[in-house]
Amino acid sequence: MNTQGDYQTKATLETFGFLPKLSAEDIQKQIAYMVANGWSPAIEHEHPNNKMEHYWTMWKLPFFGETNMANILAELEACRRSYPDHNIRLIGYDPYTQSQPVCFVVYEG
Amino acid sequence: MSASKAYEAGVKEYRDKYWTPDYVPLDTDLLACFKVIGQEGVPKEEVAAAVAAESSTGTWSTVWSEYLTDLEFYKGRAYRIEDVPGDPSAFYTFIAYPLDLFEEGSVVNVLTSLVGNVFGFKALRSLRLEDIRFPIAYIKTCGGPPAGIQLERDRLNKYGRPLLGATIKPKLGLSAKNYGRAVYECLRGGLDLTKDDENINSQPFMRWRDRWDFVAEAIDKAERETGERKGHYLNVTASTPEEMYKRAEYAKELNMPIIMHDFLTGGFTANTGLANWCRENGILLHIHRAMHAVIDRNPHHGIHFRVLAKCLRLSGGDQLHTGTVVGKLEGDRNSTLGFVDQLRESFVPEDRSRGVFFDQDWGSMPGVFAVASGGIHVWHMPALVTIFGDDSILQFGGGTQGHPWGNAAGACANRVALEASVKARNEGREIEKEARDILTEAASHSPELAIAMETWKEIKFEFDTVDKLDVQ
Repeated sequence: MNTQGDYQTKATLETFGFLPKLSAEDIQKQIAYMVANGWSPAIEHEHPNNKMEHYWTMWKLPFFGETNMANILAELEACRRSYPDHNIRLIGYDPYTQSQPVCFVVYEG
Repeated sequence: MSASKAYEAGVKEYRDKYWTPDYVPLDTDLLACFKVIGQEGVPKEEVAAAVAAESSTGTWSTVWSEYLTDLEFYKGRAYRIEDVPGDPSAFYTFIAYPLDLFEEGSVVNVLTSLVGNVFGFKALRSLRLEDIRFPIAYIKTCGGPPAGIQLERDRLNKYGRPLLGATIKPKLGLSAKNYGRAVYECLRGGLDLTKDDENINSQPFMRWRDRWDFVAEAIDKAERETGERKGHYLNVTASTPEEMYKRAEYAKELNMPIIMHDFLTGGFTANTGLANWCRENGILLHIHRAMHAVIDRNPHHGIHFRVLAKCLRLSGGDQLHTGTVVGKLEGDRNSTLGFVDQLRESFVPEDRSRGVFFDQDWGSMPGVFAVASGGIHVWHMPALVTIFGDDSILQFGGGTQGHPWGNAAGACANRVALEASVKARNEGREIEKEARDILTEAASHSPELAIAMETWKEIKFEFDTVDKLDVQ
Protein backbone atom coordinates (compact mmCIF):
# COMPACT_ATOMS: atom_id res chain seq x y z
CA MET A 1 0.00 0.00 0.00
CA ASN A 2 1.32 3.41 -0.84
CA THR A 3 1.36 5.52 2.31
CA GLN A 4 3.40 8.37 0.83
CA GLY A 5 1.81 11.62 1.89
CA ASP A 6 0.04 10.07 4.88
CA TYR A 7 1.61 12.17 7.59
CA GLN A 8 1.35 10.53 11.02
CA THR A 9 1.35 12.90 13.99
CA LYS A 10 4.38 12.32 16.19
CA ALA A 11 4.51 12.69 19.97
CA THR A 12 7.75 14.60 20.48
CA LEU A 13 9.70 16.17 23.30
CA GLU A 14 10.41 19.69 22.01
CA THR A 15 13.95 20.59 20.85
CA PHE A 16 15.64 17.89 18.71
CA GLY A 17 12.42 15.86 18.87
CA PHE A 18 12.37 15.69 15.06
CA LEU A 19 15.93 14.38 14.67
CA PRO A 20 16.95 10.72 14.79
CA LYS A 21 18.04 9.49 18.22
CA LEU A 22 21.25 11.33 19.14
CA SER A 23 24.40 9.18 19.22
CA ALA A 24 26.88 9.27 22.09
CA GLU A 25 29.12 11.44 19.92
CA ASP A 26 26.23 13.81 19.12
CA ILE A 27 25.50 14.24 22.81
CA GLN A 28 29.15 14.92 23.60
CA LYS A 29 29.26 17.66 20.95
CA GLN A 30 26.21 19.37 22.45
CA ILE A 31 27.80 19.20 25.90
CA ALA A 32 31.01 20.69 24.49
CA TYR A 33 28.95 23.58 23.05
CA MET A 34 27.34 24.20 26.42
CA VAL A 35 30.63 24.07 28.32
CA ALA A 36 32.37 26.33 25.76
CA ASN A 37 29.68 28.97 26.34
CA GLY A 38 30.09 28.81 30.10
CA TRP A 39 26.57 27.55 30.75
CA SER A 40 25.94 25.36 33.80
CA PRO A 41 24.92 21.76 33.08
CA ALA A 42 21.86 20.33 34.82
CA ILE A 43 19.94 17.08 34.50
CA GLU A 44 16.20 16.57 35.00
CA HIS A 45 14.05 13.46 34.78
CA GLU A 46 10.33 12.73 34.85
CA HIS A 47 7.90 9.97 34.07
CA PRO A 48 6.57 10.29 30.50
CA ASN A 49 3.02 10.72 31.83
CA ASN A 50 4.05 14.11 33.25
CA LYS A 51 6.11 15.30 30.30
CA MET A 52 4.11 18.49 29.70
CA GLU A 53 4.62 19.83 33.21
CA HIS A 54 7.03 22.74 33.53
CA TYR A 55 8.90 21.15 36.40
CA TRP A 56 10.61 17.84 36.01
CA THR A 57 12.47 16.36 38.99
CA MET A 58 16.06 17.57 39.29
CA TRP A 59 18.82 14.96 39.32
CA LYS A 60 20.88 16.39 42.20
CA LEU A 61 21.63 20.11 41.91
CA PRO A 62 22.79 21.74 38.67
CA PHE A 63 26.51 21.07 38.21
CA PHE A 64 27.71 24.65 38.56
CA GLY A 65 31.23 25.13 37.25
CA GLU A 66 31.48 21.58 35.88
CA THR A 67 33.41 21.54 32.60
CA ASN A 68 34.59 17.96 32.55
CA MET A 69 32.79 16.04 29.80
CA ALA A 70 33.31 12.65 31.47
CA ASN A 71 31.74 13.81 34.73
CA ILE A 72 28.65 15.15 32.98
CA LEU A 73 28.23 11.95 30.96
CA ALA A 74 28.66 9.88 34.15
CA GLU A 75 25.87 11.85 35.86
CA LEU A 76 23.58 11.28 32.87
CA GLU A 77 24.28 7.55 33.07
CA ALA A 78 23.74 7.48 36.83
CA CYS A 79 20.39 9.22 36.42
CA ARG A 80 19.38 6.76 33.72
CA ARG A 81 20.30 3.77 35.91
CA SER A 82 18.17 5.13 38.74
CA TYR A 83 15.20 6.07 36.54
CA PRO A 84 15.28 3.79 33.49
CA ASP A 85 11.61 4.44 32.65
CA HIS A 86 11.87 8.26 32.82
CA ASN A 87 12.55 10.89 30.19
CA ILE A 88 15.89 12.51 30.96
CA ARG A 89 16.88 15.93 29.70
CA LEU A 90 20.10 17.88 29.73
CA ILE A 91 19.91 21.61 30.38
CA GLY A 92 22.45 24.43 30.11
CA TYR A 93 21.58 27.31 32.44
CA ASP A 94 22.62 30.86 31.52
CA PRO A 95 22.48 33.04 34.66
CA TYR A 96 22.63 36.24 32.59
CA THR A 97 19.42 35.62 30.60
CA GLN A 98 17.97 33.33 33.30
CA SER A 99 17.02 31.01 30.48
CA GLN A 100 18.08 27.65 29.09
CA PRO A 101 20.08 28.11 25.87
CA VAL A 102 20.48 24.34 25.83
CA CYS A 103 17.66 21.93 26.68
CA PHE A 104 17.03 18.60 24.99
CA VAL A 105 15.94 15.10 25.93
CA VAL A 106 18.84 12.66 25.99
CA TYR A 107 16.99 9.48 26.95
CA GLU A 108 13.33 8.64 26.51
CA GLY A 109 11.63 6.49 29.14
CA MET B 1 14.43 94.94 35.07
CA SER B 2 18.05 94.45 34.18
CA ALA B 3 18.28 90.60 34.17
CA SER B 4 15.42 89.86 31.78
CA LYS B 5 15.32 90.62 28.09
CA ALA B 6 12.83 92.87 26.44
CA TYR B 7 10.27 91.51 23.97
CA GLU B 8 11.04 92.26 20.34
CA ALA B 9 8.44 91.17 17.80
CA GLY B 10 9.62 89.72 14.50
CA VAL B 11 11.26 86.75 12.82
CA LYS B 12 14.67 85.53 13.93
CA GLU B 13 17.07 83.15 12.31
CA TYR B 14 16.68 79.73 13.86
CA ARG B 15 20.44 79.23 14.23
CA ASP B 16 20.78 82.09 16.69
CA LYS B 17 18.91 80.06 19.23
CA TYR B 18 18.83 76.40 18.16
CA TRP B 19 22.30 75.76 16.67
CA THR B 20 24.56 75.01 19.66
CA PRO B 21 27.71 73.22 18.44
CA ASP B 22 29.38 73.49 21.86
CA TYR B 23 26.54 71.72 23.67
CA VAL B 24 27.46 68.48 25.47
CA PRO B 25 24.33 66.29 25.62
CA LEU B 26 23.15 65.20 29.05
CA ASP B 27 22.55 61.56 29.99
CA THR B 28 18.90 62.48 30.45
CA ASP B 29 18.50 64.11 27.02
CA LEU B 30 16.59 62.38 24.30
CA LEU B 31 18.87 62.42 21.24
CA ALA B 32 17.81 62.16 17.62
CA CYS B 33 19.64 61.87 14.33
CA PHE B 34 17.89 63.15 11.20
CA LYS B 35 19.01 62.87 7.61
CA VAL B 36 18.19 66.18 5.95
CA ILE B 37 18.12 67.74 2.51
CA GLY B 38 17.53 71.49 2.83
CA GLN B 39 16.25 73.88 0.22
CA GLU B 40 18.92 75.23 -2.12
CA GLY B 41 21.09 78.00 -0.68
CA VAL B 42 20.06 77.59 2.95
CA PRO B 43 23.14 77.01 5.17
CA LYS B 44 23.30 73.60 6.88
CA GLU B 45 23.41 75.15 10.35
CA GLU B 46 20.19 77.05 9.65
CA VAL B 47 18.46 73.92 8.36
CA ALA B 48 19.63 71.87 11.36
CA ALA B 49 18.49 74.58 13.75
CA ALA B 50 15.12 74.78 12.01
CA VAL B 51 14.62 71.04 12.51
CA ALA B 52 15.50 71.40 16.20
CA ALA B 53 13.15 74.34 16.62
CA GLU B 54 10.18 72.95 14.72
CA SER B 55 10.41 69.60 16.54
CA SER B 56 10.56 71.25 19.96
CA THR B 57 9.69 74.70 21.26
CA GLY B 58 10.00 76.88 18.19
CA THR B 59 7.50 78.61 16.03
CA TRP B 60 8.17 80.80 12.98
CA SER B 61 7.68 84.10 14.79
CA THR B 62 8.72 85.36 18.18
CA VAL B 63 5.74 85.56 20.56
CA TRP B 64 5.44 87.57 23.76
CA SER B 65 4.36 84.59 25.87
CA GLU B 66 7.68 82.80 25.44
CA TYR B 67 9.03 85.34 27.90
CA LEU B 68 6.81 83.80 30.58
CA THR B 69 8.89 80.62 30.52
CA ASP B 70 12.53 79.65 30.21
CA LEU B 71 12.84 78.39 26.67
CA GLU B 72 16.58 78.01 27.10
CA PHE B 73 15.65 75.10 29.37
CA TYR B 74 13.00 73.55 27.12
CA LYS B 75 14.40 74.03 23.63
CA GLY B 76 15.81 71.28 21.42
CA ARG B 77 19.42 71.88 20.38
CA ALA B 78 21.08 70.98 17.09
CA TYR B 79 24.56 70.13 18.34
CA ARG B 80 26.25 68.36 15.44
CA ILE B 81 26.24 68.12 11.67
CA GLU B 82 27.83 65.29 9.69
CA ASP B 83 28.21 64.36 6.04
CA VAL B 84 26.28 61.34 4.84
CA PRO B 85 28.81 58.85 3.43
CA GLY B 86 28.25 58.36 -0.30
CA ASP B 87 25.41 60.90 -0.50
CA PRO B 88 26.51 64.54 -0.97
CA SER B 89 22.90 65.72 -1.35
CA ALA B 90 22.08 65.11 2.32
CA PHE B 91 23.61 65.60 5.76
CA TYR B 92 22.94 64.30 9.25
CA THR B 93 21.94 66.58 12.07
CA PHE B 94 22.01 65.51 15.71
CA ILE B 95 19.52 67.09 18.08
CA ALA B 96 19.26 66.92 21.87
CA TYR B 97 15.87 67.32 23.54
CA PRO B 98 15.49 67.85 27.29
CA LEU B 99 13.59 65.06 29.06
CA ASP B 100 10.86 67.41 30.29
CA LEU B 101 9.57 67.94 26.75
CA PHE B 102 7.95 64.51 26.81
CA GLU B 103 5.14 62.89 28.75
CA GLU B 104 6.30 59.84 30.67
CA GLY B 105 5.60 56.46 29.11
CA SER B 106 4.26 57.91 25.84
CA VAL B 107 5.97 57.09 22.57
CA VAL B 108 2.90 58.75 21.10
CA ASN B 109 4.00 62.06 22.58
CA VAL B 110 7.65 61.59 21.54
CA LEU B 111 6.69 60.87 17.94
CA THR B 112 4.18 63.70 17.78
CA SER B 113 7.03 66.09 18.51
CA LEU B 114 9.87 64.49 16.59
CA VAL B 115 8.00 63.50 13.44
CA GLY B 116 5.17 66.02 13.59
CA ASN B 117 4.91 69.34 11.74
CA VAL B 118 8.63 69.41 11.06
CA PHE B 119 8.23 66.79 8.32
CA GLY B 120 6.12 69.15 6.26
CA PHE B 121 8.34 72.15 6.87
CA LYS B 122 8.92 74.08 3.63
CA ALA B 123 12.57 74.90 4.30
CA LEU B 124 13.33 71.20 3.98
CA ARG B 125 13.19 69.20 0.78
CA SER B 126 13.22 65.94 2.70
CA LEU B 127 13.73 64.66 6.20
CA ARG B 128 14.28 61.22 7.69
CA LEU B 129 14.45 60.28 11.35
CA GLU B 130 17.35 57.82 11.41
CA ASP B 131 17.67 57.01 15.10
CA ILE B 132 16.59 58.04 18.59
CA ARG B 133 18.62 57.56 21.77
CA PHE B 134 16.06 57.17 24.54
CA PRO B 135 17.59 58.07 27.91
CA ILE B 136 17.32 55.30 30.49
CA ALA B 137 15.31 57.70 32.65
CA TYR B 138 12.62 57.73 29.96
CA ILE B 139 12.78 54.00 29.28
CA LYS B 140 12.00 53.32 32.94
CA THR B 141 8.66 55.11 32.48
CA CYS B 142 7.53 52.75 29.68
CA GLY B 143 5.82 49.39 30.18
CA GLY B 144 7.59 47.56 27.37
CA PRO B 145 6.96 43.96 26.33
CA PRO B 146 4.12 42.31 28.27
CA ALA B 147 6.25 39.20 28.88
CA GLY B 148 9.56 39.35 27.01
CA ILE B 149 11.75 36.62 25.56
CA GLN B 150 12.67 34.81 28.77
CA LEU B 151 9.13 34.50 30.12
CA GLU B 152 7.78 33.62 26.71
CA ARG B 153 10.23 30.70 26.42
CA ASP B 154 9.24 29.50 29.89
CA ARG B 155 5.51 29.70 29.18
CA LEU B 156 5.81 27.94 25.83
CA ASN B 157 8.53 25.49 26.93
CA LYS B 158 10.75 26.28 23.91
CA TYR B 159 14.49 26.34 24.53
CA GLY B 160 17.76 26.30 22.66
CA ARG B 161 16.42 27.08 19.21
CA PRO B 162 14.40 29.60 17.22
CA LEU B 163 10.63 29.10 17.38
CA LEU B 164 8.89 27.90 14.25
CA GLY B 165 5.70 29.38 12.86
CA ALA B 166 3.55 29.96 9.80
CA THR B 167 0.96 32.42 8.62
CA ILE B 168 -2.21 30.61 7.60
CA LYS B 169 -2.95 30.74 3.87
CA PRO B 170 -4.87 31.65 1.81
CA LYS B 171 -4.76 34.91 3.73
CA LEU B 172 -8.40 35.73 2.98
CA GLY B 173 -11.53 33.75 2.23
CA LEU B 174 -11.45 30.62 4.40
CA SER B 175 -14.40 29.70 6.62
CA ALA B 176 -13.71 29.40 10.35
CA LYS B 177 -13.78 25.61 10.37
CA ASN B 178 -11.53 25.25 7.34
CA TYR B 179 -9.16 27.83 8.80
CA GLY B 180 -8.95 25.85 12.05
CA ARG B 181 -8.15 22.76 9.98
CA ALA B 182 -5.18 24.54 8.39
CA VAL B 183 -3.98 25.59 11.87
CA TYR B 184 -4.33 22.06 13.27
CA GLU B 185 -2.42 20.54 10.36
CA CYS B 186 0.50 22.96 10.79
CA LEU B 187 0.69 22.42 14.53
CA ARG B 188 0.43 18.64 14.49
CA GLY B 189 3.24 18.58 11.92
CA GLY B 190 5.70 20.27 14.27
CA LEU B 191 5.20 24.05 14.20
CA ASP B 192 5.15 25.84 17.54
CA LEU B 193 2.91 28.70 16.47
CA THR B 194 0.63 29.77 13.67
CA LYS B 195 -0.53 33.26 12.79
CA ASP B 196 -3.55 35.14 11.50
CA ASP B 197 -2.58 37.08 8.44
CA GLU B 198 -2.64 40.79 9.19
CA ASN B 199 -5.66 41.54 7.04
CA ILE B 200 -7.74 38.84 8.74
CA ASN B 201 -9.87 40.70 11.28
CA SER B 202 -13.57 39.83 11.24
CA GLN B 203 -14.81 39.69 7.68
CA PRO B 204 -18.14 38.31 6.41
CA PHE B 205 -16.56 34.99 5.37
CA MET B 206 -15.17 34.34 8.89
CA ARG B 207 -16.21 36.32 11.95
CA TRP B 208 -13.64 36.62 14.70
CA ARG B 209 -15.53 34.70 17.39
CA ASP B 210 -15.97 31.66 15.17
CA ARG B 211 -12.27 31.73 14.28
CA TRP B 212 -11.35 31.85 17.97
CA ASP B 213 -13.52 28.78 18.72
CA PHE B 214 -12.18 26.58 15.94
CA VAL B 215 -8.56 27.64 16.44
CA ALA B 216 -8.81 26.91 20.18
CA GLU B 217 -9.96 23.38 19.38
CA ALA B 218 -7.12 22.96 16.87
CA ILE B 219 -4.52 24.04 19.42
CA ASP B 220 -5.94 21.82 22.13
CA LYS B 221 -5.97 18.75 19.90
CA ALA B 222 -2.46 19.38 18.54
CA GLU B 223 -1.08 19.79 22.07
CA ARG B 224 -2.67 16.56 23.27
CA GLU B 225 -1.40 14.59 20.29
CA THR B 226 2.14 15.95 20.08
CA GLY B 227 2.84 16.56 23.76
CA GLU B 228 4.29 19.97 22.87
CA ARG B 229 3.00 23.44 23.65
CA LYS B 230 1.30 25.26 20.77
CA GLY B 231 -0.23 28.63 20.06
CA HIS B 232 -1.88 30.78 17.38
CA TYR B 233 -1.66 34.57 17.14
CA LEU B 234 -5.31 35.64 17.22
CA ASN B 235 -5.41 39.04 15.52
CA VAL B 236 -7.39 41.42 17.76
CA THR B 237 -6.68 44.47 15.59
CA ALA B 238 -10.08 46.12 15.19
CA SER B 239 -11.86 49.32 14.28
CA THR B 240 -12.15 50.56 17.87
CA PRO B 241 -10.31 49.91 21.13
CA GLU B 242 -13.56 48.63 22.66
CA GLU B 243 -13.88 45.97 19.98
CA MET B 244 -10.18 45.09 20.32
CA TYR B 245 -10.49 44.48 24.06
CA LYS B 246 -13.67 42.46 23.59
CA ARG B 247 -11.81 40.09 21.26
CA ALA B 248 -8.84 39.92 23.62
CA GLU B 249 -11.11 39.02 26.53
CA TYR B 250 -12.63 36.11 24.63
CA ALA B 251 -9.14 34.81 23.74
CA LYS B 252 -8.40 34.85 27.47
CA GLU B 253 -11.62 33.02 28.21
CA LEU B 254 -10.48 30.25 25.83
CA ASN B 255 -7.06 30.08 27.59
CA MET B 256 -5.22 31.12 24.45
CA PRO B 257 -1.53 31.86 25.09
CA ILE B 258 -1.06 34.67 22.55
CA ILE B 259 -2.88 37.39 20.62
CA MET B 260 -1.75 39.76 17.89
CA HIS B 261 -1.86 43.45 16.96
CA ASP B 262 -0.86 45.60 14.00
CA PHE B 263 0.97 48.45 15.72
CA LEU B 264 1.14 51.01 12.92
CA THR B 265 -2.33 50.71 11.38
CA GLY B 266 -3.83 50.22 14.85
CA GLY B 267 -1.70 53.00 16.27
CA PHE B 268 0.61 53.39 19.23
CA THR B 269 -2.15 54.37 21.66
CA ALA B 270 -4.08 51.17 20.97
CA ASN B 271 -0.86 49.17 21.05
CA THR B 272 0.32 50.49 24.40
CA GLY B 273 -3.09 49.90 25.94
CA LEU B 274 -3.24 46.37 24.59
CA ALA B 275 0.29 45.62 25.81
CA ASN B 276 -0.75 46.71 29.29
CA TRP B 277 -3.83 44.49 29.06
CA CYS B 278 -1.65 41.53 28.00
CA ARG B 279 0.71 42.09 30.94
CA GLU B 280 -2.25 42.22 33.34
CA ASN B 281 -3.80 39.08 31.89
CA GLY B 282 -0.76 36.88 31.24
CA ILE B 283 -1.17 36.70 27.47
CA LEU B 284 1.65 37.13 24.94
CA LEU B 285 1.48 39.81 22.24
CA HIS B 286 2.63 39.27 18.66
CA ILE B 287 3.14 42.45 16.64
CA HIS B 288 2.69 42.85 12.90
CA ARG B 289 3.98 45.94 11.05
CA ALA B 290 1.64 46.66 8.12
CA MET B 291 2.32 50.17 6.69
CA HIS B 292 5.96 50.20 7.82
CA ALA B 293 7.38 50.25 4.29
CA VAL B 294 5.33 53.37 3.51
CA ILE B 295 7.16 55.09 6.34
CA ASP B 296 10.62 53.52 6.27
CA ARG B 297 11.59 52.50 2.74
CA ASN B 298 12.53 55.86 1.20
CA PRO B 299 16.16 56.52 2.15
CA HIS B 300 15.59 60.32 2.18
CA HIS B 301 12.21 60.79 3.83
CA GLY B 302 10.29 59.19 6.66
CA ILE B 303 11.35 57.16 9.70
CA HIS B 304 13.89 54.37 9.67
CA PHE B 305 12.51 51.05 10.91
CA ARG B 306 15.09 50.98 13.72
CA VAL B 307 13.19 53.90 15.27
CA LEU B 308 9.82 52.19 14.84
CA ALA B 309 11.29 49.03 16.38
CA LYS B 310 12.61 50.96 19.40
CA CYS B 311 9.22 52.64 19.82
CA LEU B 312 7.49 49.27 19.68
CA ARG B 313 9.76 47.83 22.37
CA LEU B 314 8.78 50.77 24.58
CA SER B 315 5.08 50.62 23.70
CA GLY B 316 4.99 46.86 24.22
CA GLY B 317 5.07 43.64 22.22
CA ASP B 318 6.67 40.23 22.68
CA GLN B 319 7.41 39.50 19.02
CA LEU B 320 8.00 41.92 16.14
CA HIS B 321 8.42 41.36 12.42
CA THR B 322 11.85 42.42 11.19
CA GLY B 323 12.03 41.07 7.65
CA THR B 324 14.06 38.05 6.64
CA VAL B 325 17.06 39.48 4.73
CA VAL B 326 16.89 36.43 2.45
CA GLY B 327 13.18 36.21 1.51
CA LYS B 328 10.78 38.12 -0.74
CA LEU B 329 10.68 41.38 1.23
CA GLU B 330 13.17 44.23 1.46
CA GLY B 331 15.90 44.10 4.12
CA ASP B 332 19.64 44.82 4.21
CA ARG B 333 21.55 42.34 6.39
CA ASN B 334 23.62 44.72 8.52
CA SER B 335 20.78 47.17 8.94
CA THR B 336 18.45 44.34 10.00
CA LEU B 337 20.99 43.06 12.52
CA GLY B 338 21.20 46.62 13.85
CA PHE B 339 17.52 46.86 14.76
CA VAL B 340 17.25 43.22 15.81
CA ASP B 341 19.80 44.11 18.51
CA GLN B 342 17.57 46.99 19.61
CA LEU B 343 14.73 44.54 20.18
CA ARG B 344 16.64 41.93 22.14
CA GLU B 345 19.71 43.30 23.91
CA SER B 346 19.99 45.23 27.17
CA PHE B 347 22.72 47.50 25.77
CA VAL B 348 23.48 48.29 22.13
CA PRO B 349 26.64 50.30 21.38
CA GLU B 350 26.87 52.84 18.55
CA ASP B 351 27.82 51.01 15.35
CA ARG B 352 27.57 52.94 12.10
CA SER B 353 28.25 49.78 10.08
CA ARG B 354 24.83 48.61 11.31
CA GLY B 355 23.16 52.00 11.13
CA VAL B 356 23.21 52.44 14.91
CA PHE B 357 23.88 56.12 15.64
CA PHE B 358 23.85 56.08 19.44
CA ASP B 359 24.69 53.90 22.40
CA GLN B 360 21.33 52.66 23.68
CA ASP B 361 20.90 51.43 27.23
CA TRP B 362 17.66 49.43 27.62
CA GLY B 363 18.15 48.81 31.32
CA SER B 364 15.90 46.07 32.64
CA MET B 365 13.37 46.25 29.81
CA PRO B 366 12.50 42.71 28.58
CA GLY B 367 13.48 41.71 25.06
CA VAL B 368 11.30 41.19 21.98
CA PHE B 369 11.57 38.15 19.70
CA ALA B 370 12.59 39.04 16.12
CA VAL B 371 10.14 37.52 13.63
CA ALA B 372 11.42 36.58 10.17
CA SER B 373 8.54 36.01 7.79
CA GLY B 374 7.84 36.40 4.08
CA GLY B 375 8.90 34.24 1.14
CA ILE B 376 11.22 31.89 3.00
CA HIS B 377 11.52 28.12 2.65
CA VAL B 378 13.65 25.19 3.87
CA TRP B 379 16.69 26.13 1.77
CA HIS B 380 16.92 29.41 3.70
CA MET B 381 16.94 27.69 7.10
CA PRO B 382 20.71 27.58 7.79
CA ALA B 383 21.08 31.23 6.75
CA LEU B 384 18.12 32.28 8.91
CA VAL B 385 19.50 30.48 11.97
CA THR B 386 22.85 32.22 11.41
CA ILE B 387 21.39 35.69 10.85
CA PHE B 388 18.71 35.69 13.56
CA GLY B 389 20.07 33.28 16.19
CA ASP B 390 17.91 31.48 18.74
CA ASP B 391 15.81 34.42 19.95
CA SER B 392 13.76 34.58 16.79
CA ILE B 393 10.62 33.16 15.26
CA LEU B 394 11.00 31.81 11.75
CA GLN B 395 7.71 31.80 9.86
CA PHE B 396 7.14 29.85 6.71
CA GLY B 397 3.67 30.44 5.23
CA GLY B 398 3.84 29.23 1.63
CA GLY B 399 6.97 27.35 2.68
CA THR B 400 4.86 25.15 4.97
CA GLN B 401 1.45 25.02 3.32
CA GLY B 402 2.80 24.74 -0.21
CA HIS B 403 4.31 21.32 0.52
CA PRO B 404 3.04 18.69 -1.96
CA TRP B 405 1.77 16.52 0.94
CA GLY B 406 0.11 19.36 2.83
CA ASN B 407 0.61 21.48 5.92
CA ALA B 408 1.61 18.77 8.39
CA ALA B 409 4.34 17.38 6.16
CA GLY B 410 5.47 20.92 5.33
CA ALA B 411 5.68 21.76 9.03
CA CYS B 412 7.65 18.59 9.70
CA ALA B 413 10.10 19.42 6.88
CA ASN B 414 10.75 22.85 8.38
CA ARG B 415 11.13 21.49 11.91
CA VAL B 416 13.64 18.87 10.74
CA ALA B 417 15.60 21.51 8.80
CA LEU B 418 15.55 23.86 11.81
CA GLU B 419 16.73 21.27 14.31
CA ALA B 420 19.40 19.94 11.96
CA SER B 421 20.70 23.49 11.49
CA VAL B 422 20.75 24.21 15.23
CA LYS B 423 22.45 20.91 16.01
CA ALA B 424 25.11 21.50 13.36
CA ARG B 425 25.68 25.08 14.55
CA ASN B 426 26.18 23.87 18.12
CA GLU B 427 28.68 21.34 16.79
CA GLY B 428 30.72 24.25 15.45
CA ARG B 429 29.91 23.82 11.76
CA GLU B 430 29.59 26.84 9.44
CA ILE B 431 25.99 26.15 8.59
CA GLU B 432 25.48 28.90 6.03
CA LYS B 433 28.39 27.61 3.94
CA GLU B 434 27.54 23.97 4.52
CA ALA B 435 23.80 24.47 4.03
CA ARG B 436 23.46 21.95 1.22
CA ASP B 437 25.32 19.20 3.09
CA ILE B 438 23.44 19.75 6.35
CA LEU B 439 20.02 19.76 4.72
CA THR B 440 20.80 16.79 2.45
CA GLU B 441 22.03 14.83 5.45
CA ALA B 442 18.85 15.69 7.39
CA ALA B 443 16.64 14.82 4.42
CA SER B 444 18.08 11.30 4.36
CA HIS B 445 15.92 10.50 7.40
CA SER B 446 12.99 12.77 6.50
CA PRO B 447 11.09 12.17 3.25
CA GLU B 448 9.06 15.31 4.09
CA LEU B 449 12.21 17.43 3.98
CA ALA B 450 13.49 15.71 0.84
CA ILE B 451 10.29 16.61 -1.05
CA ALA B 452 10.34 20.18 0.31
CA MET B 453 13.92 20.66 -0.90
CA GLU B 454 12.93 19.39 -4.34
CA THR B 455 9.85 21.67 -4.46
CA TRP B 456 11.62 24.91 -3.61
CA LYS B 457 15.10 24.35 -5.04
CA GLU B 458 14.79 27.01 -7.74
CA ILE B 459 13.09 29.81 -5.80
CA LYS B 460 15.25 32.84 -5.17
CA PHE B 461 14.50 36.49 -4.45
CA GLU B 462 17.57 38.31 -5.72
CA PHE B 463 16.67 41.96 -6.05
CA ASP B 464 18.86 44.76 -4.80
CA THR B 465 17.83 46.54 -1.61
CA VAL B 466 16.28 49.98 -2.15
CA ASP B 467 17.09 51.35 1.29
CA LYS B 468 20.81 50.73 1.75
CA LEU B 469 22.91 51.80 4.71
CA ASP B 470 24.84 55.02 4.12
CA VAL B 471 28.32 53.62 3.62
CA GLN B 472 30.95 54.28 0.97
